Amino acid sequence: MGTTDSSIVDAARARPGLLFAVLLGGLLLVDLAAKLGGVGLGPIGGSVSVDRLGSNLWNGVVIGLVIGLAGIGLSMTYSILSFANFSHGDLVSAGAFTGWGVAFLIAGFGDVPVRALLTVRDAGSASPGDVGAHILSTPGAILVGLVAAFVVTSLLAVALDRAFYKPMRDRDGISLLIASIGAALIVRYLLQFGYGSDRRGVTASVEQSNLAFGPLGVSVNAHELTILVAAVGLMVAMHAMLQHTKLGTAMRAMADNKDLALITGIPAERVVTATWIIGGGLAGASGYLYVLLRGTIQFDFGWLLLLLIFAAVILGGIGSVYGAIVGGLVIGVVFTTSTIWIPSDFNQAAAFAVMILMLLLRPEGLFGGVSTA
Amino acid sequence: MSDADPAVPEADAPESATAAVIAAAKESDFALVVGTLLAIYAAAALLSFTDGLNSVVGLMETLTFLGLVYALTALALNLQWGYTGLFNIGVAGFMAVGVYTMGMVVRSPDPAFGPPGLGLPLPVGVLAGMGMAALLGGIAALPALRLKADYLAIVTLGLSEIIRLSLQSSAFDSFLRDTIGAGTGGGRGMGMPDNPVRDLFLVDGQAGTPTALGDLVFGVFGTDGLGISHPILIGWGYIAVLAAFLVGFYLLLERLGRSPFGRTMKAIREDELVANSLGKDVNLVKIKVFVIGCALMGLAGILWFGSQGNVSPTPQFRPLLTFYVFIAVIIGGSGSNTGSVLGGIVFAAVLFEGPRRVGGAVRGLIDAETPGSFADALVSLDPVTLLAYAADNVAPLQFVFLGLVLVFIIHRRPEGVLGDRIETAAAVDLSERPAGGESDE
Repeated sequence: MGTTDSSIVDAARARPGLLFAVLLGGLLLVDLAAKLGGVGLGPIGGSVSVDRLGSNLWNGVVIGLVIGLAGIGLSMTYSILSFANFSHGDLVSAGAFTGWGVAFLIAGFGDVPVRALLTVRDAGSASPGDVGAHILSTPGAILVGLVAAFVVTSLLAVALDRAFYKPMRDRDGISLLIASIGAALIVRYLLQFGYGSDRRGVTASVEQSNLAFGPLGVSVNAHELTILVAAVGLMVAMHAMLQHTKLGTAMRAMADNKDLALITGIPAERVVTATWIIGGGLAGASGYLYVLLRGTIQFDFGWLLLLLIFAAVILGGIGSVYGAIVGGLVIGVVFTTSTIWIPSDFNQAAAFAVMILMLLLRPEGLFGGVSTA
Repeated sequence: MSDADPAVPEADAPESATAAVIAAAKESDFALVVGTLLAIYAAAALLSFTDGLNSVVGLMETLTFLGLVYALTALALNLQWGYTGLFNIGVAGFMAVGVYTMGMVVRSPDPAFGPPGLGLPLPVGVLAGMGMAALLGGIAALPALRLKADYLAIVTLGLSEIIRLSLQSSAFDSFLRDTIGAGTGGGRGMGMPDNPVRDLFLVDGQAGTPTALGDLVFGVFGTDGLGISHPILIGWGYIAVLAAFLVGFYLLLERLGRSPFGRTMKAIREDELVANSLGKDVNLVKIKVFVIGCALMGLAGILWFGSQGNVSPTPQFRPLLTFYVFIAVIIGGSGSNTGSVLGGIVFAAVLFEGPRRVGGAVRGLIDAETPGSFADALVSLDPVTLLAYAADNVAPLQFVFLGLVLVFIIHRRPEGVLGDRIETAAAVDLSERPAGGESDE
């Protein structure tokens, strides 16, 4: 026992910040337990119902899956091309708009003018109810839209790479980062020009779409279940691709050690293109699913989501696909459950603060991706 | 038109200059800045001369104001990024901290509307704003000691968003009101204290009661003289103040850049490891640069948004503001103070305000109904209708153009459009004096 104790003390001395984070986390857990039990001990405790905690956790998991899905692509481009891609958030928006345009076209064809459908209700005066897009009433349209979001966004990502990033492959990370800010502006404001700037409702409301899970008191709606299935499915497919195909092996090799990968004869450009196709496609799919969850769309929602995606990727460790998924879940849960302790204005700030703390205390991330320092 | 020459204080600058070298170099730089301004004025006059002298002078005033505030902010960023290589993209957050702290310190304890303040004099508020921005800069510098540039970028962006979300929050507002007795106003923002420049022209800032100076200026140029409206004339008065601050920023940063401290900064930019090996305290220099740069950003925020009547966190302090400043620095060529000034002026006129004015002018020429959406414009199959839609929606196109400019510069002219990076890390120009006897260390 004595040796264990001293090693804990040593570790605490070496990493005082980590100790602080662990203590804070422990305190929050004790406080949560006190709140659930309805015990008030001075500043800590209070009352939070199990139902509220359950629904917060469930919402956090669903948002976290969407963020994690988007994070996979960001993490892949970060590790293989060595730059922080600030246009990733706008790929998310682009996927949402094009995917929902296609889903609307199928769901509302004939009843509503085509131009209103393709621009996701910017033109004309169609209401979400007129289009009637919902997973229970028009499952086919929703699924085709998801595929369209994936395909169009991967094409867009490859086009951006060819136009902007390929000519500067050998440049440093900061130059590429600045170029990606330019690309982000171009994509975001072309979306605004084409689709309009107003926030608008997308999904129709269908009765009895809520399923209550009795024991936990958590209410789950059909769209959340769809997101769960789609996101987990895409993640499993991603895992299979990375572990069991030649391309996946090549990608992991490139991410791990680029020079070594090049001298072993891995076709770098082909791997890079595949990275953009898969990373961009997953970003587009996650944007589509995010709109399915929220029910509204706006031209800059992906950009506003970008910092949360970065937070997820950094939390999990740059370059680690599984890290991005876990990081997304952690960020999603922090985002929704932090409202138990702090005002809801601050839940996004809390997620960013977790990211900054992570960078300061454990820069390599939970899963030990590429080092950041 | 003598009031169209706000850069006059710059001419006095070399008198108080620190070294003869700077004065000599400034001769051509100063001419470049004035020449750029004159070219912009000429374009502005061409665009608006049909509307009369008042709108010409008004447009010039807007362009000069924006050019100067962008130049001020670009100079502050140039210290961090151009000189030391610290990639701080939280500029908007530090500016917000500066202007909000100033507002909270100076606002009256029981105002007619908006959040209460501490009711202290304006200079105290300005110093407090700079101090608070510097303090946050010092905290932001801690990650800079450990992280690579791109992670620092994400951290500073996250920090600026945390600042914006905090200022936006009504819970934070009431917390501050309860603890220090001054609030932020949350999402509705706060009104800024009266601009002292306005009091120079008007008694107590009330329209219709000019001071002696106001009488003189309004009599010659105002509605009784040349017919220029009084707010525009007061705007020019404020521009003279901004120009004086710009000269101050410039001289401070030039002096800093040429000091031993400045050479250490440039050494860190070029190769941190070497600077460290030569015994320089890299961490301390980085913290100092962050503190000084963020204090200047806070001051720039006060001069810029403090004069705008009302500040609110969300439209004004979005990360987009940071990117504007970055584009200004990149246009001028990072690492050059003159480049930053020029970049700020050119960005404000050509990329920021120019497209809106041109869009408005083009829209005025087209006689067609604007369609409600891009799809409607496309379906009409009429190029004029499409052009009308584009001219009415010039704002998004302007951002697309900004993005293209940014990518183009990074591809073709990474050293900046308006000049090379002339600031070398060495104290003497090694290329000119290969057999020079001086050595730095």
